[in-house]
Amino acid sequence: MYSPTIILEALVNGLMLGAVYALIALGLTLIYGVLHIVNFAHGALLTVSMYLVWIGCEYFGLDPYVAILFVTPAMFAIGYFLQRLVIGPASRGSDNGILLVTLGLSIVIQNLLLAGFNSDTRTIVTDYAFGVIPLGPLLLSQPRVIGLAVSVVTAGLLWLVLNRTDIGKAIRAVAKEKLGASLVGIDVAHVYAMTFAIGTACLAIAGGLLMPSFYVSPTTGAAFVLVAFTIVVLGGMGSIPGALIGGLLIGVVEAASSLFLGDSLGQIGIFLIFILVLLFKPTGLFGAR
Amino acid sequence: MKKAELLCALAFLIVLGLLALVGLPGNILNLFIFMMIITLTAQGWNLLGGYGGLSSFGHAAFFGTGAYAMTVLQTSFGINAWVALVCGVALGALVGAFIGFLSFRAGLKGSYFALITLAFAEVLRILANSWDFTGGAAGMMIKLQNGFAYLQFSDRRYFFLILLVFVALALFLSRWLERSAFGAYLIALRENDQAAQALGVDIFRVKMQAITLSAGLTALAGCLYAQNFLFIDANVAYGSWISIEALFAAIVGGAGTLIGPLIGAVLLLGLGEVTKSFSGGIAGLDLVVFGIILVLCVAFAPNGIRGFFANLKRRRSAAAEAA
Amino acid sequence: MKTLTNSFSRRTVLKAGGAAATILAAPGLVRAQAPIVKIGLVQPITGAFAGDGDLARIGAEYAVKEINDAGGIKALGGAKIQLLIGDSRSNAEAGAQATEQLKTDGAVIVVGGFASGIAMTASQAAARYELPFIIDGAVSDGLMTRGLKSVFRFGPSFGASADVALKNLVAINDAAGKAAKTVAIVHEDGLLGSGLAKLMQQRLPPLGFQIVETISHPTPARDMSNVVLRLRSLNPDLIIPSMYFNEFVLLARTMQQQRVKPKGIYALFGGAASSYKFVSEFPDAAEGVMDVNHWGDPKNPTNAKLMEAVKATGKFYAYNTPINYSLIQIAAQAIEMAKSTESGALVEALAKNEFDSGVMPYGRTKFDATGQNVNALPLNTQVQGGDIKVVYPEQFAQSKPKFPANG
Repeated sequence: MYSPTIILEALVNGLMLGAVYALIALGLTLIYGVLHIVNFAHGALLTVSMYLVWIGCEYFGLDPYVAILFVTPAMFAIGYFLQRLVIGPASRGSDNGILLVTLGLSIVIQNLLLAGFNSDTRTIVTDYAFGVIPLGPLLLSQPRVIGLAVSVVTAGLLWLVLNRTDIGKAIRAVAKEKLGASLVGIDVAHVYAMTFAIGTACLAIAGGLLMPSFYVSPTTGAAFVLVAFTIVVLGGMGSIPGALIGGLLIGVVEAASSLFLGDSLGQIGIFLIFILVLLFKPTGLFGAR
Repeated sequence: MKKAELLCALAFLIVLGLLALVGLPGNILNLFIFMMIITLTAQGWNLLGGYGGLSSFGHAAFFGTGAYAMTVLQTSFGINAWVALVCGVALGALVGAFIGFLSFRAGLKGSYFALITLAFAEVLRILANSWDFTGGAAGMMIKLQNGFAYLQFSDRRYFFLILLVFVALALFLSRWLERSAFGAYLIALRENDQAAQALGVDIFRVKMQAITLSAGLTALAGCLYAQNFLFIDANVAYGSWISIEALFAAIVGGAGTLIGPLIGAVLLLGLGEVTKSFSGGIAGLDLVVFGIILVLCVAFAPNGIRGFFANLKRRRSAAAEAA
Repeated sequence: MKTLTNSFSRRTVLKAGGAAATILAAPGLVRAQAPIVKIGLVQPITGAFAGDGDLARIGAEYAVKEINDAGGIKALGGAKIQLLIGDSRSNAEAGAQATEQLKTDGAVIVVGGFASGIAMTASQAAARYELPFIIDGAVSDGLMTRGLKSVFRFGPSFGASADVALKNLVAINDAAGKAAKTVAIVHEDGLLGSGLAKLMQQRLPPLGFQIVETISHPTPARDMSNVVLRLRSLNPDLIIPSMYFNEFVLLARTMQQQRVKPKGIYALFGGAASSYKFVSEFPDAAEGVMDVNHWGDPKNPTNAKLMEAVKATGKFYAYNTPINYSLIQIAAQAIEMAKSTESGALVEALAKNEFDSGVMPYGRTKFDATGQNVNALPLNTQVQGGDIKVVYPEQFAQSKPKFPANG
């Protein structure tokens, strides 16, 4: 049995990591909520943003957190044009088409990264990567605390954008009633692309938060995608508060199950939650049909 | 037209068989064997995802069950290969029925069904990777023994011929499905399940039958995979790669069509070999080209390759009529 | 001639098909001018292990250049070696296909494999033609129990390596006055890590070590903080990790951050104390880490040259380079001895003779009845002062083991 401090520390750790998962899931759930597509290129796009952050640090001497300021608009643009010029036209809105196009894109992106950067693992060394913030008996990792804070703020901002801005209203209108929205003069293709762009931009922030304590190689994003799917399902497909709470919850569950079951079998805990939610409450915690 | 398609496909298989008998270089034969295993996997996927419109992202669950059953029964229990093959198919079908029962009871479809199948496959992968029973992470080997009773041959052309027979049988199965009442119900619920239900179709039962059949066929592919490579581990048997191969092949070839999976598997794997050869020294470039061609395929042949040609033909005959 | 190493690129390989056609068209003419012997190398050029495949290729190409510059295969009238590279794309199925391709393109011996799963299917494919296949550092014990006569393994098996690792551990620990008593094992849940954990659980207690915890984690791992938390609460004297590079980096960094400092970290095939990449990127986390792994003989001058060759490409030296360099040397010796490129003669030559082991510290290589090199053994390395030093056994050691590392 573990001491209460260890258990508490594990849970807090899980919470902090879960916040970054939530950020990844946020983009995924937004895209699902509006476009009704499961974006299989999400993991590959996360990898792209991590590489961009790495390039910022390696070649321009930026701090990873400063790099976020540059990578976010870049990822926004990438997301916009991917949806507008590739996914939209190529899939023509059919489910199978979108599935294949996003899968195909993830193959293209992953292997472009492999061709460009080879398979070496890239890391960023910062002073604060090994920093800890002592909180009572706990040693909180500095990058993780920053990750938690930034993720929550980002989720809040996203919520504000969706509820308080014109584009946000247009996005919600399209999500609810695509045909109606287009009848009142909303440019649906533009809104789709904007949604995809915002979802992709979230990945830029997640990439910046991960890089100080993680590494990137062409396949890194895949490690986060399944857990992001789980969060999206748990929180309710398309729900932003759902993704945030779902992310924190999954982080805690992962920490607890890996403490008691070991990290490998601990993964089963996540999938079991995934299956149970799908079977008994497919709308998730916050989803509405 | 449908009949012509079936005959075409059979003729193609016969040509492949004759080519093999005349003599093929080892690498080509090896590629053809792999193509036929993927074809079978995709044919299984097609029964549920193509005709029934229930796209699974987790056919690895069935493929892997077949592969593991084949391996465990032979190595740990000394059971004859052919008996193990039948057991593997049955177990795969059982896993399919189990997953189907849970998901269809809960009324899952679309993305939800896709995601739950993915999750089941992952759970099985993690379990197979940690149980001693399945050899854990070390995987399992089937002992090398040549002879018809072992379903291993010193001359692999025989294995290839047996594979071709299985693919042909799966074609007949699909053909039967297309013409049967069961198949009509299945297609009806793909087009509009509420309408089908209103017309008195027991959609739960139809879906259950479809997933069982589909899982069994994919498990057969898994059995034959294990028997060909004689080695499996959790990532090979239950890995997401096979789920993706299955749906790629079926959808690219033409989901819900008789010959779609065959066309898809042959083209995709053939394409992979071709792109591999002009990638130069740069790792990954071949797969970039592969991915781009895939996206272009979807853009210009939304109903799969088969749909593309059917469209061309329709247009041409329309043009002929107009003239 | 300085670009010769580069000229054995994939482009050369692609031309192999064309070259074969030319030979068929005018056999007498070509043979009279420049006889060619083709050796195949199966390595993951693309996919998850592409970095390892690259390093292996550098070693193999270096050996080919060296042999050709010295006049080629003398028993075949100075025939030049041509290296054919088969990309196993980091997966088992493609490994078999790559071998088939090499066979079709005319390779007379195939070497390589890298990961046990790939080595399994690739060597199986070669065995179908009785084409000799020499496995590199893939360690699974299962590889050599299949009764395949034409399959050999140059590197040590997993079981043998674990024996060496334990023997050396006891020796190092005894020399330090039995500093370590409690042990925690952290391993990835794949073939390598799980196999090691099982072995250690059986073998460590009789040697006087107490295993306080065995922790497994998946690859890729997203986080190591929970593993490290457990380690911190148990405070073992010694941590035995067995995992791949990225996860070890994550573990070592998290341990450093969470102030977990055991008396020693002793890895088996852990890759950390045998990875210059790790040492150069995280010198603090790497300092003092010990590893038991395949490693080139530091006292062999060619090993230093290989290190230079790797450095020139901007990569970090690892065992893949010396082991594949040596494999090509062994293949060439076998062809010399067989005086033929015929498979049966080559298999016989490999089974019957002793070979010079290239730059690997194996003394004379001798394959036993199962095809295993009986003299293969791993070396103990330790990160000392920002460099990787061989510390055990003594005849290869560059410096003494520093244990306890923090003492």
